[in-house]
Order: sequence, then C-alpha cells, then structure tokens
Amino acid sequence: MIVELGVLAMLGAVCGLDVVSFPQAALSRPLIAATLAGALLGDATAGLVTGAVLELFASETLPFGASRYPEWGSSSVVAGGAAAVGAAAGTLPLALCVAVPIGLGLAAFGGWTMVKLREWNARLAAARLENLARGHARTVMGLQVAGATADMLRGGAIALVGATIALPLARWFAPQPEPWAAWVVPVLAGLGGAVAGGASWKMYHSTPRTQPWGAAGLAIGIALVVLLARR
Amino acid sequence: MTHAAQPSHPTPAADAQAFAPALPLATRLRMTIRLFAIQASWNYEVLMGSGIAFCVEPALRLLPGGVEGEAYRAALARQSQYFNAHPYLASIAVGALARAELEQQPPARIERFRTALCGPLGSVGDRLVWVGLLPTASWFALVLFGLGVGPLGCVVAFLLLYNVAHVTLRLWGLERGWRAGLAVAQSLAHPVLREGPTRLARLGTFLSGVAVPLVIARLVGDALVPSAIAVAVAAGGAGMLVLFHGRVEGWRIALVVAVGALAFLLVRHA
Repeated sequence: MIVELGVLAMLGAVCGLDVVSFPQAALSRPLIAATLAGALLGDATAGLVTGAVLELFASETLPFGASRYPEWGSSSVVAGGAAAVGAAAGTLPLALCVAVPIGLGLAAFGGWTMVKLREWNARLAAARLENLARGHARTVMGLQVAGATADMLRGGAIALVGATIALPLARWFAPQPEPWAAWVVPVLAGLGGAVAGGASWKMYHSTPRTQPWGAAGLAIGIALVVLLARR
Repeated sequence: MTHAAQPSHPTPAADAQAFAPALPLATRLRMTIRLFAIQASWNYEVLMGSGIAFCVEPALRLLPGGVEGEAYRAALARQSQYFNAHPYLASIAVGALARAELEQQPPARIERFRTALCGPLGSVGDRLVWVGLLPTASWFALVLFGLGVGPLGCVVAFLLLYNVAHVTLRLWGLERGWRAGLAVAQSLAHPVLREGPTRLARLGTFLSGVAVPLVIARLVGDALVPSAIAVAVAAGGAGMLVLFHGRVEGWRIALVVAVGALAFLLVRHA
C-alpha cells in the first residue's frame, strides 16, 4: 500500500505539473494519466477504461488561460489507480463506481487548488515587483522555480491524499455483492456521452458548416458500432 | 512563361527576415527548453510576464555589457511586465522580443509592440490549440479506444499526435518571431493560424460524432437493455445540455449524480 501510494503521488506530481507549469504535453489528460496509473498498479486496461470515461467529461472543460477549470491530471491518476486495485480485488464496474466519482471530485478540488496557487504566485510576484522592475535575473528565476515546485507539490499532495482514501475504498467495495452493479457502467457511459455530445456542440456550433461533419461522424460511428457488434 | 510581379521595394517583414542575425545555438537551445516552462509562475499579478522574461533572458545576455550591463537589466525589467497569450504561441512573442531587444529598438516601441501582441496570440492560440488541436487529438484517441485498441496504442497515438503538433508550433513560433522581429504581425496571417482553427473544428466535430457511439458501445458491450439505458441517458443529457447551453456544466451534474450514487451504495453496504 505504501509503495502504491508513493508511486501514485509521484505520477500525480508529474501530471499535476503538466497541466499548466511544465511541459504542457497533455500527460495530464484523463486518458493518459489514468492509463499510466492503472499500468503502474498492474492493470492498464482498467486505467484506460476509467480514463476514457473521464476523458468524455473532460471534453467539456477547456484550459483557457485565466479561466477556472477542473484539474484532470492528479485526479485521473487517483481514479486510474483505484480502478486498477478495485478490479483486481473484485469487479471493474464496481471499481469504476468508486474511481469515477472520486476522480470527478478531485478534479473539482484540484481546480480550486490551482486558483489558490495562482493567488500565492501573485503574492510572491507582488512582493518582488521592485526587483523585477530593476531587471533582477535571480528574481525571475526564483519565481519560475517556486511556481513550478509548488505546483508539483500540489499535484503530488492531491494524488497522495486522494489515493489514501480511494485505494482502500475500491478494494473494499469492488468485491461486494451488489445488485445495482449492472447499472453502473451504462449510466456512467450515458452521462459521459451526454457531456461529450453537449461539449462538441458547445465547442463547434459557432464555426460555419460544422453540422454536416458532426452528422456524418455520428452516422459513421453508429454504423461502426453495428458492424462491430455483428462480428 | 510569365513571372509574378515582384515588388520594387521589399516589405519591412521581408527586410527583417533577410537580415535576421544568427542566434548562437546554445542560446537558442536554452530559450527553446525554457519555452516549455513559460507558465511555471502564471499568476493574477503579471500573468505570463515573468515567464516571457525567463524565456527571453538567454538572448539578453548577448546585449552590450552582458549580465552586468545596464542594457540587460533594463530589457529584463521590460520583459517582466504584464503579458498574456496562448502558451504555445507565446514563442512567437519570445523570438520577436528577443530580436527587438538585441537590435536595441527604442523601449517605448518594444513596450507598444509587446502590448499589441497579447490579444492576437491569445485568441488565435486558444482557437487553434484549446478548441482545435487538443479536442481533436482526444476524440481521435477515443475513436481508437472505441475500436478496441489497447492501452499502449491509445496512449502512444494521443501523445504522438498532440505533441508533434505542439512541439512544432513552439519551435516554429520561436523561429518565426526571431526572423521577423517587430514585423512579426504578418506571421499571424500564416495559413495554419488563419485556416487551422476552422479545419480542426470540422475535423473535431466529425471525430466526436464517431467517438461517442463507439466509446459507449465498448464500455457497455452488446447487451440490449444496458445499451438502451446508456443511449437514452446520452441522447437526453446531450439534448438538455444544448438546450441549457452556457447555464449548466455537464461534468458538474455528472459529479453530483456519481457522488450521490456512490454515497447511496456505500450506505447500503456499511
């Protein structure tokens, strides 16, 4: 358990840092962060499934500069890890029942911590405006290093605290006999599909002539589902 | 054979590019690496200001007098002021500002230029990357997931697709900015920046249409009743979100539903 927590905390730190500070290479997207966490805890597929569900929700939240948005990096690490240990102890649907709500909750909390970090960075910068106005190179470096270090610690702490709660909960809940288990995945998939569909409209409806492309894509998607089901 | 008419006088942009001085390789490398951390101290006071100074700083060392010189300190102070743009396209500003500082352009002109760059680099970058590239790469990876591709395939495809474009954009921006200097505004008319957002929006719409049914099908499987539940929730929910556009966020509703369901199930088993 301690090793698992350590691994998830380190991955959470990396993925939390990636969201804004360094290197913004999309390692923090749910599909990537949750899959990596699942792989590190022994079940990459459980991580991938969790990541796919969270990615549908994340499609609605775009990381525009000064706007407030959920932090999907460290939260998806916890969700992917919880799904992996839950699936190993019981069933994947019940593991998802723990992993997805905790992932969504931590994403909201992580977004709040990012705002607090930006406020802290602002206080740090405001206290050094005189040095910045004098062209003090060490002040510029110091602000960058302090901001990145604090962001990394923020991501690691969220992953550590989240995993401390989520892993035992997933291990305990996933093997329980649960008559509602069959409903979990359809409802999560439906909610994810709803959010992704709404997000697609929100993002693209103002661009001219996108509707035919969306309709064509939907038709091809449904046709592929039918074809794959017949195989 | 006919030839296109050549302008009798080169434009300021062509002039600037033709006479762009060489930037030492070590300086260019330092600036490139620092671009990836341009937002490390993003804050509500100067936004990306100190990040721009951090990225331009290796070039400023080449000013007369070096790091101890007055020119270096004055330039670093100018570059530490308020600035905001898209983080990837900020590389254009970094290149252009480094060139302007090394050419020792008048400070007032550099400051006006710096302020003028914020809006265009922010809006074009947001539409090209946050609404264009990122969702397109995400939908593409979800299509692969829906088609049954495994963890390694989905992760590698997503990261490759996204980061080839991401890194290229940063490198191109730095080079373009450096070569054009204060005449860099013309770079914003580049076809990728002008047409890219619209084309990526169409591709993204198409891929989202393909991805959503495939992902639902892979998650739920072939069983009729669960599939019907998932499709009904997805179609009804998406319709509601479109209807209430801008007034509700779907992921927040999903958070409330999912946490409520988890609490209900935990209480049953406690």
